[in-house]
Parts: sequence; C-alpha cells; structure tokens
Amino acid sequence: MIDVLIIGAGITGSLIARKLSSYNLNVHVLDKENDVGNVTSMANSAIVHSGYDPVPGTKKAKFNVLGNSMYPKLCEELDVHFKMIGSLTVALYEEQLKLLENLAERSKENGVKVKLLSADEVRKLEPNISSEVKGALLAPTAGIVNPFTLTVHAMENAVDNGVCLHLNEEVIKIVKNGNFYNVVTKSNSYQAKVVINAAGVHSDQIHAMVEPIDYQITARKGEYFVLDHYKEGLVNHVIFPLPSEKGKGILVSPTTSGNYIVGPSSEINDDREDVSTDKLTLDEVKRQALDMVPSIPFNQAIRTFSGNRPTPSTHDFIIDFAKCDKHFINVSGIESPGLVSSPAIAEYVVNELVSQVLTLTKKESFNPYVRKRIDLAKLSYKERNELIKKDPNFGYVVCNCEKVTLGEILDELSRSVPPRSVKALKKRTRAGFGKCQGGFCQPLVIKALAKHFDIPCSEVPLDGPGSEICKFVTKGGNDK
Amino acid sequence: MIEKDLVIIGGGSAGMASALEAHNQGIKSILILEKNPYLGGILNQCIHNGFGLHEFNEELTGPEFMTRFSDLIEKNKIEYRLLSNVLSISEDKVVTYSNSYEGLVEIKAKAIILATGCYERSPGAIQIPGTRPSGVYTAGQAQLYLNCYGYLVGKRVFILGSGDIGLIMARRMTLEGAKVLGVAELMPYSAGLNRNIVQCLKDFDIPLYLSHTVKEVKGKEQLSKVVIAKVDEKFNFIPGTEIEFDADTLLLSVGLIPNCDLISKLDISFSKTRGANVTQDMETDVPGIFSAGNVLHVHDLVDYVVSEAKEAGRGAAKYLNGKLTHKGHVYSLKPGYGIGYVVPQRIFIEDAGEQIILKFRVTRPFKDINIFIKENDNLIKKIFKPAIIPSEMEIVKLDKSLFKSLDNTIDVYVEEKK
Repeated sequence: MIDVLIIGAGITGSLIARKLSSYNLNVHVLDKENDVGNVTSMANSAIVHSGYDPVPGTKKAKFNVLGNSMYPKLCEELDVHFKMIGSLTVALYEEQLKLLENLAERSKENGVKVKLLSADEVRKLEPNISSEVKGALLAPTAGIVNPFTLTVHAMENAVDNGVCLHLNEEVIKIVKNGNFYNVVTKSNSYQAKVVINAAGVHSDQIHAMVEPIDYQITARKGEYFVLDHYKEGLVNHVIFPLPSEKGKGILVSPTTSGNYIVGPSSEINDDREDVSTDKLTLDEVKRQALDMVPSIPFNQAIRTFSGNRPTPSTHDFIIDFAKCDKHFINVSGIESPGLVSSPAIAEYVVNELVSQVLTLTKKESFNPYVRKRIDLAKLSYKERNELIKKDPNFGYVVCNCEKVTLGEILDELSRSVPPRSVKALKKRTRAGFGKCQGGFCQPLVIKALAKHFDIPCSEVPLDGPGSEICKFVTKGGNDK
Repeated sequence: MIEKDLVIIGGGSAGMASALEAHNQGIKSILILEKNPYLGGILNQCIHNGFGLHEFNEELTGPEFMTRFSDLIEKNKIEYRLLSNVLSISEDKVVTYSNSYEGLVEIKAKAIILATGCYERSPGAIQIPGTRPSGVYTAGQAQLYLNCYGYLVGKRVFILGSGDIGLIMARRMTLEGAKVLGVAELMPYSAGLNRNIVQCLKDFDIPLYLSHTVKEVKGKEQLSKVVIAKVDEKFNFIPGTEIEFDADTLLLSVGLIPNCDLISKLDISFSKTRGANVTQDMETDVPGIFSAGNVLHVHDLVDYVVSEAKEAGRGAAKYLNGKLTHKGHVYSLKPGYGIGYVVPQRIFIEDAGEQIILKFRVTRPFKDINIFIKENDNLIKKIFKPAIIPSEMEIVKLDKSLFKSLDNTIDVYVEEKK
C-alpha cells in the first residue's frame, strides 16, 4: 500500500515528494509526461520573484516571500544554478511613478525589501535601458534559477531517498475504496492512503474526479524568445514593466546559462495542452520588450517557446484538503509566482496538511544533498586534466555550441532520474540548447541514449513516445 | 606551453586549404584542430556531385573533393588533431582545446586562422509559428542523419526555404523513397543556385512556391501538417491563400550563419555577414588572427572557399614573416546601392599583393546593370552584368595599379540602366 501518491512531477510535486522522502513513508509519483518538469515547470520565466507584487494576505504573497528566502539553501542542496541578481520594475512614463510608489508600499506590507530609484540611478545599473526611463523599483532579493535542473534534482533527491517515480502514467480515474484511493492510469492502477493533486494545468480535472468542484483552471499561455549567449551586460537585472491584471508583464532577463530570455505574453488558451507560438503574439512581445530595452538583438534569437500558466478562477493558490476527505489534498492553480513559492508550499503541504492524516516520523538516512554534478567550467586547468585522465569522455566535446562533453552526458544517464529523450537530456546538460539547436550533435546524443538503454536509435524519442527521430532507415541502412 | 607558428581551427575545406597554402609559403610549424573524427568538415555529408569545377576542372562529390586536400595534408605531414574541440582563443593567441586522448591543452600560437564554418538558421531563429513536434529539421541536419547515419527522418516532406541544401535534400530524399510535397520560398526568387533548381526540383516535378512561407506547423509529438500561405511584398500573409500539406517532415533551408563563437568575445568588429571584418589578407582586427571560408561569409561554392582560404594561408605566412606592416594608405570598402556586403572590408594597399580580390553579393536579382567600383572620381572598375542574382557570389580580381590612394573609401554599387 502506498502512503502518499502524488499526481504531477512538476516543481511543486517534486518538492513535495522530496519533503515527504525525509519521513518514513512509502511515496510514489505519477506523471503523464516522459520526463519530470516537462510542462509548466519547464516553460516559464525562471525567475525567483522577490514577492513585492502579490496582493498582501494572499497565499501567493505568503508563499512567495517565504519561498524566496528558502532558495539559497535549496539550490545549494540540490546543486542548482541560482543567482540573486535583483529585479528592476521600470516606469517609462511620469504617471507610472505613482504606481511604483504603490508597489513599494505593497512590498512593505509583504515584508519585501525594495528601493525606489531615480532615472539616473537606473541608468547607472542598466546602461541599455530605454532613455525614456523615469524611475524603477529595485528588489534586490529577486533571482534567476535553472528551472530544468531544479525540478530534475528535486525529484532525483526524492528518488535517492526512496520515492518511486512513474513516468508516462496519465491518470484517468480516481475511486475511493474504503480507506484508500484507487488511482487508475491508462495502463496501471495504484492504491494509496493519501493522494496529492499537483497536476498543474490539469489539477481541476484531477480534483473533479473525486468531488464536484466550484472553481476552474484556465491555461494562460505565455510566449517567449530565447537569445544566444550574446555578450554580458545587455541587462544585469530582471527587468519588468509595471504589472497589470494580466500578470507581471513582459520581462527581459539574463538566464543562469548566460543567455537572455524575453517574454511572456499572456493569452487565454482553450487547449491546455497547446504550447504553440504565433507570429503576431511574438511580434508584440518583441515590441514591448524593445520599449524597455531598445537594443535587444533579436537577430540573436535561437528559440521561441510557450508555456501555460494554470490560472485558477479563485485568483489565489488552492492548497487544501478536498471538501469530502482529508486524504485528498489539492495543490492547484500554482501559477506565477509558483516556481519561487514551491519550496514553501511543499513544507506547508507536508507539515500542516499531510501531518493531519499520517504519522510523520523522521527518516534517519535522509540526505538532502544530490550527488554534485561535475561543472567543467568551474574546474581549474589542472583539475580538468585530472578528470579527463580518469575518464577520457570528459575530454570529448559532443555539443559544440554549449561545449557539453560525453562525460557529462553519461553522468546524467547514470543518475536516478535519467533522461529518456533528446529533450530530457537537453534540459539537463544543455546539449542541443545552443545556436545550432542540435543541428550537429543530435545524432550523437541519440546514439548515447540508445547505447545506455540498450535500444535501437529508432526507439529514442525527441520528447514523449511517438516523437522518435530515426524512424526509417535508408536503402541499405540498418537500425543500430 | 606548446608553441606553434600557425594554429588553424577547423579541418574542413577552408582549414585544409589554408594550411596547405601556408605550408607552401614555408610555414612548417602548423597544427590543425578538428572537432569531428575526420578531416573534411561538412563535405563528408555532401555526397552529391558538383564540387571542384573551378578548383580541379572536374566534377567531384564532397568526400572526393575533400580527400584531394586531406591526402595532401598527409603527404606534407601537416600536423592535425581530430575529435579536438577548441574551447577558447585569447587576445594573445593562446588556443585551448579539449579531446579525450590529450585532455585540455593550451597552445601559444603566433598566428591563428579561424576556419570554423557556419551553422544553419534554426526553426527557433526564424520564429516558425505553431507547435514544436518531432519532424522539423534543418536541411543539413536531415542530410547528416541520411548520409552519415543511414536514417531517413521522414517520408512525406515539405521544405521551407530554397537554399541549396534544401534543394539538394529534396532530390536526396526523393531518391530514398520519400515524397517531397513542395518547397516554399519567402522571396519572389530562389535562394539557391539555378542548377540546383533544375536538377533537384524540376527534374523531379517538385513544385516551388515563391513568395510563400509556413504559416503554421501542426502536430503534438509528431508533425502532422504544414500550412503555407502566400505573402505580400511586406511579407504579410495574404488571407485565403493557405495550402495545407499532410507532412511528417519539415526541412528548413533558410540561411547559414558564420560560426564566430570563438572570437565573439575578442576585440574584433563584425560585418553584416556576421563574420569578422577582414583586410585583403583575411586578417581580422586582431593582428595575426585570420578568418576564411564560411565563418567569414557564406559562399555559394566550396571552390571559392578554397581560394579564399589560400589567401588567408598566404596572409598568415606574410604575417609570420613580418610582411604585414599595416602601414601606408588604407581603404574602407563600402557596399552601396544593390550590394549586400563586400569582402574584404579594409585594404592596406602597401601590404597587398599585385592582385586585389573583392567578393560581394547583390541584395536582389537585377538585369542589365553596371556595377561600379570607385574611389572618389577614380573609376577602378565598371562591370556590366546582363543578369545577377543574390545566390551567386561575385568575385572581381583587380590589379593593384588601379588603386590611386585618392580617398579613404571605395564604393561598390549597382547602377540600373534607365
């Protein structure tokens, strides 16, 4: 019998799993995708918000501020790139200065340290900002994080501490059966005492499998540009416009990988699974971003993408028991600022909710640290050579754009939440993430995956099952 | 630290040709660094013919063409390292590379030739609208799968962009049994060479849709449909002109970009081609760092890559022999009306050899035009062209005596007949 079954291996589900793995519990996680963090947790702005923006008193405000303070330790334990670079919310018109002051007031209420800057002070910090700038709100505790490895490592740490992860498991039915839930997927069924619904854009649908619900989740699509490693200092902070009811607006920010990200738009999406992009929306993203930073080199764009925010009709995170039963816990509507809030949400869900229905006893063997990833860029010349001598694969560069070695790829494959697809490997290592987008290295990546899993190349998918690349052999070719 | 007179980054056609030329000029301490397990670069996957008509007066395949050079590299015992990826070049010419058999190696070079080629513009770079399923590839990527790994990435293929690689792949995939449904080109004229339009599309009855582009990519895990539409002169879609294709593969042949990553952080200026600005000897702004081939500007024919690389090899030899003074009169070359770019961007007339070679492309097709190369009132050359297209690179060889050092600027421009 499973003690806790978590539906959804996004950042929230993964961090809840990790927290639960510190107790003596039998914990399982289901996700319909072929990798953890493959939907909203993958396609967002990757910003660790300071918390000046959410309405005071809401769950969003509470968990944002608390979550922000947990990030430095979390990212150290999980070996994730995180930089507290601060954010600047900029006013481009005189009349916006008043709004900045209101935001500063709100920050005080939320307990977030901020500072109002004059136009000159902003220009000193950000030489490329629009000459129209009239002032800005500096929030020094805002940061940027690698959202891919954050989710992967959170789940990896959970698995290292005993959690079972089941990918490609889409839940289709949940039945309460005496004192446990029977959770039915397309190919299996799982019996669990407690179910935690962390199903992101589908969390209202999952909730509705156990009782009638009085709210709904709407997918709100955000489209983005990713620019290449252009040069340092295009912007040094996360640059926001003033927020509106549609969200925090289109930001320009460095990423932890040395690229720049521009976006997101905000449109209601009827199809929750749809992550397409369109020209008109992206043109508008471009226009608004150029208003703030006129010199953004859009000819250095290497990728566009979109993600869906799970926007709840309640306007706040839904983190509570189901009305019918305390053994079904909803963690729903975790839209922005969800990424930053997730560690605080995980603590709350386990300490305040799960603890009411299960006895929590600490696991002596729990280790909060993941095995450190080898960061070649941080090694000295001598250390790197010693490593290559021990394992020559660390000398063989497979991805030329991002300088990813075969050693790093094989290390990822040896970890406890290994990548099963080209995309999953890309998220972990950046192989194929650069300017050529895998144009040169993709076949080598496929070969490495095929060899590791002992399958033919034809069975290696780009993402989920059905997305295989080496579908047919040429005349006289064979599928190795 | 190991020292070398000349380190060449990239062992493709440009790298090998420049190494051989520098060697001919008496430079013996040369090292070529190549990231792949073989010399020849991209030519290894170009198994079609059409290479070598200018260089060898015969028609060769890519692997045959490159073997002519790699054989000479072996014969002249020019040193090279395979599977060796250059991680960085410093301003004082320390080249750091990595491989599995030597580890991380630093070499102090007296001169460097950058011959790292180019990469294909990706679906993300052109903001292709729609979903991002499996089945969307750049044409060269599909070519790599097909010709080097033995995999056919799909059987119902649509191609966006009429660049040469896309045209070559239209034929190649047809020969492998795939159905190529069509090629869409945003511009009202083809981006590829005429011979490829005839031999790769017309001969196989593959339709070419000019002034069309992809309006939407559909499919979740796997590409299912490609919708194209006609565009007006401002590239906006014309409603009602949509055509939908049931395709499992979309190939992109929408341009090549010089891969200048290694020098992007150095104090080097770049031109419109996204390659470095260079002198008549293919020298960048950093003395002793040269650049040639597709990393400088994208060429139409590998034969021209080779001739340019030889100029860089000669330039590096001159530099190593102290013959590049950077003194005397210097010209800036300015592309004017109808001209996209001119290589080189600067000419040090005292350093130049007896012949100065200009390479340029027009911005759009023209008929019955004169191209003027002028310094102030001095007409250096006037060239009549009955027809000229952007996909073909123009090469003009000029006697040094034509340059009078009257002005700092040389203008190159098109004059249309009234």
